[in-house]
Amino acid sequence: MSEQENGSNDSLDQNPENHLRRNPISETSEWSFDLIEEYDRAIAGIAAEYKLDTYPNQIEVISSEQMMDAYASVGMPLGYHHWSYGKQFLNIEHSYNRGQMGLAYEIVINSNPCIAYLMEENTMTMQALVIAHACYGHNSFFKGNYLFRTWTDADSIIDYLVFAKNYIAKCESRHGIEEVEALLDSCHALMNYGVDRYKRPYPISAEEERLRQEEREQHLQRQVNDLWRTIPGQQGSTKLKENLRFPEEPQENLLYFIEKNAPLLEPWQREIVRIVRKIAQYFYPQRQTQVMNEGWATFWHYTLLNTMYDRGFVTEGFIFEFLQSHTSVVYQPPFDSPYFSGINPYALGFSMMTDIRRICEHPTEEDRHWFPDIAGSDWLETLHFAMRNFKDESFILQYLSPKVMRDLKLFCIVDDDRQREINVEAIHDESGYQRVRESLAGQYNLGNREPNIQVYKVDIRGDRSLTLQHIQHNRKPLGKSTEEVLKHVHRLWGFDVHLQSLQNDEITATFHCPPKPESNMDDLEMSLPVIN
Amino acid sequence: MSYIIDRRLNSKNKSTVNRQRFLKRYRKHIQKAVSDAVGQRSITDIDKGEQISIPGKDITEPIFHHGQGGKNTNVLPGNKDFIAGDKIPRPPGGEGGGGSGSGASDQGEGIDEFVFQITQEEFLDFMFEDLELPNLIKRQLAGSEEFKMRRAGIANEGNPGRINIVRSLRSANARRIALTSGKRKKLRQLEEELKHEEGLDAALRNQLRIDALEAEIEALRHRINRVPWLDDFDLKYNLHVKDPVPRSKAVMFCLMDVSGSMNQATKDIAKRFFILLYLFLQRNYEHTEVVFIRHHTSAKEVDEQEFFYSRETGGTIVSSALKLMKEILDKRYPISEWNIYGAQASDGDNWNDDSSTCSQLLMKDLLPKLQYYSYIEITPRDHQALWREYQEVQANFGDVFAMQQIIDVRDIYPVFRELFQKRAAQVSG
Repeated sequence: MSEQENGSNDSLDQNPENHLRRNPISETSEWSFDLIEEYDRAIAGIAAEYKLDTYPNQIEVISSEQMMDAYASVGMPLGYHHWSYGKQFLNIEHSYNRGQMGLAYEIVINSNPCIAYLMEENTMTMQALVIAHACYGHNSFFKGNYLFRTWTDADSIIDYLVFAKNYIAKCESRHGIEEVEALLDSCHALMNYGVDRYKRPYPISAEEERLRQEEREQHLQRQVNDLWRTIPGQQGSTKLKENLRFPEEPQENLLYFIEKNAPLLEPWQREIVRIVRKIAQYFYPQRQTQVMNEGWATFWHYTLLNTMYDRGFVTEGFIFEFLQSHTSVVYQPPFDSPYFSGINPYALGFSMMTDIRRICEHPTEEDRHWFPDIAGSDWLETLHFAMRNFKDESFILQYLSPKVMRDLKLFCIVDDDRQREINVEAIHDESGYQRVRESLAGQYNLGNREPNIQVYKVDIRGDRSLTLQHIQHNRKPLGKSTEEVLKHVHRLWGFDVHLQSLQNDEITATFHCPPKPESNMDDLEMSLPVIN
Repeated sequence: MSYIIDRRLNSKNKSTVNRQRFLKRYRKHIQKAVSDAVGQRSITDIDKGEQISIPGKDITEPIFHHGQGGKNTNVLPGNKDFIAGDKIPRPPGGEGGGGSGSGASDQGEGIDEFVFQITQEEFLDFMFEDLELPNLIKRQLAGSEEFKMRRAGIANEGNPGRINIVRSLRSANARRIALTSGKRKKLRQLEEELKHEEGLDAALRNQLRIDALEAEIEALRHRINRVPWLDDFDLKYNLHVKDPVPRSKAVMFCLMDVSGSMNQATKDIAKRFFILLYLFLQRNYEHTEVVFIRHHTSAKEVDEQEFFYSRETGGTIVSSALKLMKEILDKRYPISEWNIYGAQASDGDNWNDDSSTCSQLLMKDLLPKLQYYSYIEITPRDHQALWREYQEVQANFGDVFAMQQIIDVRDIYPVFRELFQKRAAQVSG
């Protein structure tokens, strides 16, 4: 490790002398705990030179069966029991046994220490790749990116998961597995709507959860009772209240609204709603930074391992095996390939990260025109800045360069059901770059991807029905499972649930649970404006 | 900075609970898949694991998502010859087609079948779920074979492995208190006196008295210390006693017709039926004996191997098998000890006047001794004399006699289930 000091950042510039001093850590593909430790130390040294700031790593060596377990629980080292995880597990087991899918080499979640898994079947090269990718790539992303910093608390997530698991197990023994399972089904159906998109959440802390949980139960119940008080108050004050809509503003966080206001839930049920909501919130940044996170991790495993090669820490065989695996990870099948299943976040992220470095180091005329701020700047600083301050949507909007669009041959199509044909709006050419970039960024906006559904109104003085509103985006209607989801909302709310789908403030479709009898459809049509 | 942990020895079945819950939730689907599978299997691999597939739409978890329609903008990679302004005809079927691209993954309703694997163990569990031998009531203290250990309090003797530490120490403590309390009292007294004596003014102090006290205290201390901390007779042992477990002894007679009239397909069906029965017994009733009888014009008791694989054949006299069954019964299985079952498979073909002999044998000699007797007739043709005679038997012995017809392989499992379905009323009665 002594020689690492004299290697500087530009060590990637192939220095032929280094090849002569090849002194690899290991020569075969066998791994051992000592070797893993040695590789980790070497990679950590180089990572520090590149200013990767990480949580401590906890590297766990596991078997493929354990990997499947880890997969089935979305990488959470422990989770409460639910049949849907069993379904996930069976699915993975089946495709793994049939050889349809290799298990990914890594799973990491944002915790402190950062837990990464190495599979025992892998070769030393793959273990090193995973260490570089997960323990230094993802790990530094979790620690640095603003979304993770503000929305999740890496120190307490494990404790919180333990709390959640124990609490739900306790509820199961007290209220029966089936009842808890049904409640979880309903909560999972709304999981994507259990997130504060704009308000910064209060960090979760297991200690506090335990202490405050009982207090909260009572307090919550009291609040709810207040809301639903049926004894009429003084005449004047009720009148005043009736004019107010409840909630005063539409609410985006359905689970939060239900937890705080659903009239019939027991305290333990509210707590479970809260648990699902908290976990959804925890994974929210993950869903918003797929491209960046994978791109960052891929860029760093590529850079770190290549640096190792340049310094003679690894053999040629090692680097070939690594490159073979790396290229298949960043392969982007074209849209008409049978293997195409959307844009590969590894491919897009890696090309963008690599391209940012290129723009900084070797800017062209075009780059100077498109990226006057970063062309020719210090690449490491620029890359770190990008990692820290963006999410997928804004990252693409800011950094997707014409060169990447040309390399990936990106084009933008518009499929409008009012037109007879699909229109190619823009391609990777001078007049199209801007449009392609904007559309691609929009594609990563969770707000566009998921229907925008909010709590609109509760009929407090009447039948206690809950009305949700869907604001259509580009006239996109709701999908087929809407009725099913409404049943779940109904189970949580306990009274009638209505969902109105709005397009430019006009209601174009409504859903009800329990379903409304036909006759009411007439009323609805009466209320629709006649002319469009 | 990094901690490396070997977790390979940790349990790898973290998902077992979740998996079980999934299987439980979709047991109806799985059961259907299992019963389909049983029909399609060859005789030899009837007890393997199975690939189960469930219609995907039955198990999706619903979420709010966008449906088809509206204005969708998509960016796709790998453009070859499109230029801005090109019009592409909409691919038929919409979803998933080249044009709708990445949107499809969000909108996909999961129409595909959900496929997964269950183990052999689980397969058999599902296959024989809710089945039982009816009327299994005679329970017998069979003596030396099976015992259950039961706790029976505390004893003063036992082997060292059974020492009850709490009880032993408690009794040691009691003994020590009993043996020393008088002496301790005296000791305290003397100590007080000594203190008093030493507290006196030097002029008044009686050194002799002090010395005497000290000597006495020393002696007392010594005697207290001589009481052993733990003595042999303090030791208490957990006492376990053996209780014999009453259990049901049962024997199943499998009677198979192998006459010339049974063609290969019919024999195959009969064998499958008995294999199912045999598996069921082996799995759910550990202490069940099975007697295999095959017959054409004459009956013969055979072993498992011969029963399923021998090719011997001839004419048909069904009563020969019943007679042999009666003989074996009388010789080896006293009805006071044994729960006796019979299962007979035949194509219904019989020697002309033999059928009435059969029904007489059954009604007079056999059925009064039996818990349950089932007859399956494997024939796509019209029933013959045997079936009609047996119908009469059924009219007289409805609760212990059952008959069913099997036409082709697919019927085997449903018929089997029907014959051995758990009967709530009879169990409680």
